[in-house]
Amino acid sequence: MKTILTSTALALTLASASDAEGKLSIYHWFEYIPQELLDTFAAEYDVEVTMDTFDSNEALLAALKAGKPGEYDVAVSGDYMVQIMADEGMLNTFEPSELANFGNIQDQLVDVSFDPGRKSSIPYQWGSTSFSVNKEVYGGPLESLSLIFEPPAELKGKVNVLDTSGETLTLASLYLDIPQCSSDRDQLKALNTLVQTAKADWASFGSDVAKDVLVSGDAAAGMIWSGFSAKARGEGAPIEYVFPKEGMIVWMDNVVLLKDAPNRENALKFMDFLLEPENAAAVTNYAQYTAGVKGVEAFLDPEVANSPESNPPEGVKGVFVEACAQDVQEMYDAIWTNLKKLA
Amino acid sequence: MAGAAPGGASRSEIYRGNGPRLMLPIWVFIGIFLVMPVVMMAVHSFLTKEFRGGVIWEFTFAAYDQFFFDRGLFGDEPPKIEWTYIGIFWRSIWQAGLATVFSLLIGFPTAWFIATRKPNVRPGWLFLITIPYWVNLLIRTVSMKFLIRDTGPLNEFLLWSGVISEPLSLVNTNFAVQLGLFYSYLPFMVLPVYAAVERYDFSLSEAAADLYSDNWTTLRLVILPVVKPGIVAGCILVFVPSLGAFLAPDLLGGAKTFMIGSLIEEQFKGAAGNWPFGAAAAMILLAIVLGVLLLHAHAQTRVER
Repeated sequence: MKTILTSTALALTLASASDAEGKLSIYHWFEYIPQELLDTFAAEYDVEVTMDTFDSNEALLAALKAGKPGEYDVAVSGDYMVQIMADEGMLNTFEPSELANFGNIQDQLVDVSFDPGRKSSIPYQWGSTSFSVNKEVYGGPLESLSLIFEPPAELKGKVNVLDTSGETLTLASLYLDIPQCSSDRDQLKALNTLVQTAKADWASFGSDVAKDVLVSGDAAAGMIWSGFSAKARGEGAPIEYVFPKEGMIVWMDNVVLLKDAPNRENALKFMDFLLEPENAAAVTNYAQYTAGVKGVEAFLDPEVANSPESNPPEGVKGVFVEACAQDVQEMYDAIWTNLKKLA
Repeated sequence: MAGAAPGGASRSEIYRGNGPRLMLPIWVFIGIFLVMPVVMMAVHSFLTKEFRGGVIWEFTFAAYDQFFFDRGLFGDEPPKIEWTYIGIFWRSIWQAGLATVFSLLIGFPTAWFIATRKPNVRPGWLFLITIPYWVNLLIRTVSMKFLIRDTGPLNEFLLWSGVISEPLSLVNTNFAVQLGLFYSYLPFMVLPVYAAVERYDFSLSEAAADLYSDNWTTLRLVILPVVKPGIVAGCILVFVPSLGAFLAPDLLGGAKTFMIGSLIEEQFKGAAGNWPFGAAAAMILLAIVLGVLLLHAHAQTRVER
């Protein structure tokens, strides 16, 4: 799938004026930034912008490890992946003084656990991962992760799950009420059994198609990111985004400065550009998540700002995906591999 | 195979002594773009997996061990034969084989039809066969999904015509994968078979008829032996890419029913991926394909003799 996304991204490449000041190479999630915003940046700073896309944090890491250093200047990476990339020595650092708009970062998002003091990253957007259900197919209560992991008759064979181990296994752990990064064998076996059994009731694994399958009706329930679900609803899917009683995943995506960035100056210009409230709001209006920048309110579409997906009711538990130690992570990897390989 | 025709000797006169020089570009090309990647893959399949993708340069059989032996979820149970991966390979071979058979059943009559038209209209028919190739394989595969989905035109039509009362669930099934493979590679069958049939001397069929051969016997004893090289070439051209396909299983099978291609892709894509294992699976696939081609070459030399 990644190759597909890369080739579509190549098509998006801005082959703008050849006399551009310099270049900027971005590695980004699919469907996560409006093309007009890239055009604006390219025109304003006279920079030739190219962008490739990926569909999971794991795919981002794998591609950067496999590729040559200096291929990209910036990437957009989830919270736990920022920490993993820092541990792998993939990130560059900058001083707050290098970004004129550093002060626009919301105060509570400066000292984050995965990048204390924001030395390598700036906030991009944050949101949640849960699931959505087609209300025309299923009329029962929408409150539990059981709709995905032990689906009722109406939803059997009609469930799409995200094709990423981190999010799928974390939601499954929430459902079983076991901690993340557990090394307890009984808990891991229970997790393994749960997803193996559930697979028989799932229609497909897919991240980049998560919205499309709900809009087309190929799936009647699907794990999905909050903003992506809002977009599916906007495209006419009769769905509701569920805030499960067992809890959901919250995440914060960040623009990270990559080590060996060939165009460090332009990368910082781009990060500064994204910290402008107007530009952060443009991303939010497009992707329908929530920006981490002060002063975006004035620029937001009211429907986006007030969307049910971005405004969870009081008391919903949200957890960040944790980065596990190697020996523990390898057991989770084994569970995921087991799950994917069985027919 | 070629060059055995009479008159080959005089042609080889012209090129005598130039052979090695003329072959140099293709040898360099094959060396860089075929042999080196295969050697790299072979080497990787014996290396140690690195956490979160990549390899450590330590020799091990771990990847092949993982392919053939199951040591439980935590890797500490006594080894049993691992049937899962063998099953994935078997399913892929079965699917690729079916795609080949269906392509032949549809492709042979199509090629025959085109080859028996008047010479001036044949290019037109061939042109029609190649039209789907103007569209990217990805687009064609996604379109197929649109056609057969529960709310797609196929189901709408069947519901409208009263053949079925509930939409058929076709997407995310082995049937969908099969349809995708067959549809993607059908022209690879038509073109070589056409080339063979086109050269067929139809006076042979007339001679057979004069000798009181019925149509079926003529097909079996006269036509098929003559056009066999084209059929074999077509079968290989359909079977081999079908075997390693991952677009059709990913998009039409919902990434749920693994084929070899998807198994290998998964090893290099996610962080749970395992490069040495992906390389080992690719080597085993390569061995199977090589086996098929060697069988073909063997059969071919027997024909030549």
